[in-house]
Amino acid sequence: MTRPVYLDYNATAPLKPAVIEAMTSALAECGNASSVHRFGRLARRSIETAREEVAALVNAAPHQVVFTSGGTEANNLALAALGRGRRLVVSAVEHDSVLKAAAGAEIVPVDSRGEVDLSALKAMLERDARPALVAVMLANNETGAIQPVAQVASLAHAHGALVHCDAVQAAGKMDIDVARLGADTLALSAHKLGGPQGIGALVVAGSVDVRPLFVGGGQERGWRAGTENTAAIRGFGVAARLAREDIPAMQDLARVRDEMEARLLRAASEAVVFASGSSRLPNTSCIALPGIAAETQVMALDLAGVAVSAGSACSSGKVAPSHVLRAMGVAPELTKTAIRISLGWRTTADDIDHLVDAWAVLRARSRSLFADRAGSPAPAA
Amino acid sequence: MTAMTTTKDAETARGSNAPKRPVYLDYQATTPMDPRVLEAMMPYFLEKFGNPHSRNHTHGWEAEEGVETARKQVADLIGADEREIVFTSGATESNNLAISGVANFYKDKKNHIITLVTEHKCVLDTCRHLELQGFEVTYLPVQQDGLLDLELLKKTITDKTVVVSVMGAHNEIGVLQPLKEIGEICRARGVFFHTDCAQAFGKIPLDVNEMKIDLMSISGHKIYGPKGIGALYVRRRPRVRLVPLIHGGGQERGFRSGTLPAPLCVGLGAAAEIAKREMAQDTERVGKLRDRFYKRITDRLPEVYLNGDLKNRLASNLNLSFAYVEGEGLMMGIKDLSVSSGSACTSASLEPSYVLRALGVTEDLAHTSLRIGFGRFTTEDEVDYAADRIIEAVQKLRNMSPLWEMAQEGIDIKSIKWAAH
Repeated sequence: MTRPVYLDYNATAPLKPAVIEAMTSALAECGNASSVHRFGRLARRSIETAREEVAALVNAAPHQVVFTSGGTEANNLALAALGRGRRLVVSAVEHDSVLKAAAGAEIVPVDSRGEVDLSALKAMLERDARPALVAVMLANNETGAIQPVAQVASLAHAHGALVHCDAVQAAGKMDIDVARLGADTLALSAHKLGGPQGIGALVVAGSVDVRPLFVGGGQERGWRAGTENTAAIRGFGVAARLAREDIPAMQDLARVRDEMEARLLRAASEAVVFASGSSRLPNTSCIALPGIAAETQVMALDLAGVAVSAGSACSSGKVAPSHVLRAMGVAPELTKTAIRISLGWRTTADDIDHLVDAWAVLRARSRSLFADRAGSPAPAA
Repeated sequence: MTAMTTTKDAETARGSNAPKRPVYLDYQATTPMDPRVLEAMMPYFLEKFGNPHSRNHTHGWEAEEGVETARKQVADLIGADEREIVFTSGATESNNLAISGVANFYKDKKNHIITLVTEHKCVLDTCRHLELQGFEVTYLPVQQDGLLDLELLKKTITDKTVVVSVMGAHNEIGVLQPLKEIGEICRARGVFFHTDCAQAFGKIPLDVNEMKIDLMSISGHKIYGPKGIGALYVRRRPRVRLVPLIHGGGQERGFRSGTLPAPLCVGLGAAAEIAKREMAQDTERVGKLRDRFYKRITDRLPEVYLNGDLKNRLASNLNLSFAYVEGEGLMMGIKDLSVSSGSACTSASLEPSYVLRALGVTEDLAHTSLRIGFGRFTTEDEVDYAADRIIEAVQKLRNMSPLWEMAQEGIDIKSIKWAAH
């Protein structure tokens, strides 16, 4: 059997070989980075190298990087630390790890392209003088729509607000400069950019009081207690370095993606691509095939050996209609037929051919199925 | 590759009694990975790289299957149901989640927490944070041997007590608390029992039902598994409810959001499975090494004090204080041994261990304490070498010490009235 085609990079990306190599050697090492003996010091050094590499990915200083267990924890940590005593203002298209950690937040709407409505944000900030925390993601995980974070930040700062930016999907897919974005904190995840699962970071660029989510041991300058996950941190460092080098190649994927979308639209003229009017991540495509439930599409594609997703990969097992598409004003019926195709570092032209063929077959089959059903007599009562 | 060959290779590489690398005797800080664990993890770094929460394709299912097998392996080691295991990033997170989670969930009815002064820093820090939020915390003292006085616990529980948190095996002194008895007391009074078993899980037999444990913190890297993964056992019957620390996609039945690191979960599961199979033989072998080391030291050095009870203790732990030497000097003298003075989290500071102080160990002796941790890959040669190096260093320091000289001459140092400078 040929290798299944994996086009779900926004859920998780396969690890890059150099990352695996670095991690397996780190896993074979023993040492608690807080120990003062040589084993401990070696672990410490390897963590600090990784911290530099992760910082470089977003043009931050190494001491601004706080390692966490992943993007979800980083988002939660930021909201808890920055949001204390502040009103929370978050965009409607944020990831659940922001939305669910920001209970009672005021929601900033987005336009039909999935971009945050800046004038609405301005009005919200002007309406209420209490200090706020504004959370807007850099790029959306479902549609790839890139948000005007720099403008959000300058607007927010002008009103005395702090800004958190979830850059989990954006990192490694576009150039990021945390200073230019102006965000006070930035959340990152390793496994979306070819690094291991179980490690992420919060980049603390602004001057923010330390307020950890969990305590004890005082690691990460008091921001995050617990024995450092040395091997995963090492893997994150290597992945961050490679991702930074590979950004031009990643940008080239936009062409591959656009061509793929054109072919999909040729195969099914009724299909709808979302957020195509906005600037998008180069690897992400969110596309609806009216009349065929997203789950049906995804299952059929899986049987044909192509992995894509319906919505984001979370817990429930139920595929709830996307809150992102709803916020963009997409009709509920149409949101239920949207799938996400996301490309990455190992994607080949063959992968795309395979997807396009499988999609065309899927559409043709369900058309004839529906045609049969429509033509068959009603079942006996 | 098996553990045995690795150990032998390491021995050959080192030569018999002259290690090239420092001898690692700090198994309570962290343990080397068992090669069998790494082997189990590898496929999840390679072809089974999927997101375990991706519900609609093969890549996701494969990763999920690995995670669920691991969950079962962890549950099996403590007599739990796999639905009672919540994966976390490690025991620090588990301790935080257990204590603040349960305290916050039941805060309308109860507001009192009981723990011990000798608990791990992350338990104590969590309790201090809860005090700031208005909870009441009683920090119970321990007896000279490090053990909790059960009568004292009984007397301290009130109608307002929500949870009792007592460590299963101590990270510094290896002392094992009477979990079954504590569990009885808590259950009888309708109080939740949380135990930090970062050091006990995989080392001593644990059964959550027999011991009436409601919440148990578990760590991967203390049992030859990977760092960055742990678990919290959360009892289902009678059900324990928690306010989560991390919100988001609702993974781990809502207790802990975030993509599970499938390879790390698999690693913890494999480590638990090996521990279950090999616990008895590991304990016996490691205990023999520990006893050999202790005998060698005490045969040749007088005035060595064991901190913590010897009988109720991890087979893998010793905590010794050497009278008439100076702590930093001792550490400098044994640079090629990786041992710890106090727990790793605080060892970068040179304060005497709060744990030893709680046992009534004098400041002088607390300063000269060494924690020596033995484990699955420790060899007899390493043990002998390490003991000899310590003996040598202590003798050298004592030979330079006027206090030692006086003690040898029978002068009671405490009786000396020192002149003011």
